[in-house]
Amino acid sequence: MSLFAYDFMQRALLGVLITGLAAPALGIYLVQRRMALIGDGIGHVALTGVGLGLLTSRSPVITAVVVSALGAVAVELIRERGKASGDIALALLFYGGISGGVFLVALAAGKTNANLMAYLFGSPLTTSRDDLVVMAVLGGVVLAVTLLLRPWLFAICQDEEYARVAGLPVRALNLLLAVTTAVTVTVAMRAVGLLLVSAMMVVPVAAAQLVTRGFRATMHLAMVLGVAAAAVGIWIAAEYDTAPGATIVLVAIAAFAVLAAGAAVWRTARRRAGAAGGDGEAEPPEVVLQA
Amino acid sequence: MSTVVELRDGVVAYGDRPVLRGVDLTVHAGEVVAILGANGSGKSTLIRAILGLVPLVSGTLSLFGVSRRGRELRGQWRRIGYVPQRLGAGSGVPATVAEVVSTGRLARRGMLRPAGAADRAAIASALAAVGLADRATAPVGTLSGGQQQRTLIARALAAEPELLVLDEPTAGVDARSQSAFADALRAFVAGGSTVLLVAHELGPLQPLVTRAVVLHDGAIAHDGPVPVPAGHHADPHHDHVHPHAPHDPPGIWTGP
Repeated sequence: MSLFAYDFMQRALLGVLITGLAAPALGIYLVQRRMALIGDGIGHVALTGVGLGLLTSRSPVITAVVVSALGAVAVELIRERGKASGDIALALLFYGGISGGVFLVALAAGKTNANLMAYLFGSPLTTSRDDLVVMAVLGGVVLAVTLLLRPWLFAICQDEEYARVAGLPVRALNLLLAVTTAVTVTVAMRAVGLLLVSAMMVVPVAAAQLVTRGFRATMHLAMVLGVAAAAVGIWIAAEYDTAPGATIVLVAIAAFAVLAAGAAVWRTARRRAGAAGGDGEAEPPEVVLQA
Repeated sequence: MSTVVELRDGVVAYGDRPVLRGVDLTVHAGEVVAILGANGSGKSTLIRAILGLVPLVSGTLSLFGVSRRGRELRGQWRRIGYVPQRLGAGSGVPATVAEVVSTGRLARRGMLRPAGAADRAAIASALAAVGLADRATAPVGTLSGGQQQRTLIARALAAEPELLVLDEPTAGVDARSQSAFADALRAFVAGGSTVLLVAHELGPLQPLVTRAVVLHDGAIAHDGPVPVPAGHHADPHHDHVHPHAPHDPPGIWTGP
């Protein structure tokens, strides 16, 4: 543990903890909409932003936020139209995003391949003080939106048509959610990399919902699991010199496996204990069979 | 008697296919109006047009006496409780009955305002009205179809609406849920509120309905007392199978 006495390790730890907290808080809305993989696509688009930043010697984080926000708004507009051709449009956007990013990064003089890898797969150990400030501010924005607007975002993700009839500002909320997704991608970029961003949004949520009954409980447990996976993962990476981003994601997947096995064992035990007296109001029988 | 819904010469089309061909419908406060008709007759489209979910190609719509098109009606939609046919598809994450019902309250609650005592009371009484008070913390995904339907009715009631709009509320619902639902509706109507419902068959709701509107091929074929079932329809054991409406072109590719 003495490694965490170093400044760079403390910054790495803080950075991944912010990611572990913010990514599932946003990811739960994407999972609820059955759009779990959208975060991955936005991550692809963000790479073009990184490339633009490196090429123009601006902060890659700022350009990534702007470009991925534009990408996320485009995705939302495609989703809103609900066209069958939306699939192809998304493919064009996502692969255009990642190849544009690789292309621009290669153009940026003096930037080596190692730099590209840092954005694709994360590089928490090189997190600077400035990076950390940006991550904390953006992470705070993500948490503020996802926690304070939870009832409204839940309503539009749960039943968008009903929310529209109820007079909620559905379009504005959808666009806000899209932009917040882009911000989350940028926050997580440093910690786990653009290719693994979606994992931190989705895996803790998938693990939490194995053992929860409600939305709020799932959200809170997913955030706890995200933070725990980040802390354990960065510790393993430091002790055994493994790739930090990948280690964090593998720890989260391990948590999913443990909870899935535990839930299965618990259900079996409950069934053995007797299904009788369990679930209150059952469906009334439609016919009575006489022997 | 004040007018709650007034649709004049309403025309709705999906692509080039007309679904409503100049429909006039007026609903007054305190009425319980059932919209009847075969599959494809346009009955669901009619209530979707009233709810603003599909645009009118022509005609005028006024709700609660406010007769402007588009955005200005939004304030009036808040006074409407909508009960769709089934729970929305977007439920990849578990949600409790109380969580779903509480979304009905958001129409009355300002943005970013925390839930108050009035909100909690409205949610509790909506759950009690449909007989689901003891299931508030159950995940909706584990409920029967009838209980899920009652959850959606509780969600609409939580908004304390003046008009309740229901799309096939009794379709595929078990007998126990049907009667719980009829009780909830009876209490709602007793408070002087208005109901507009689409139904295939009325079942236990029949005594509540004050007026029936029968749609046929996108036009109103009957507007008045509930038609008495005739022929084999009057047989309580009749097998309820309906052919699709005539002139129902193969519109599956141009549908909504």
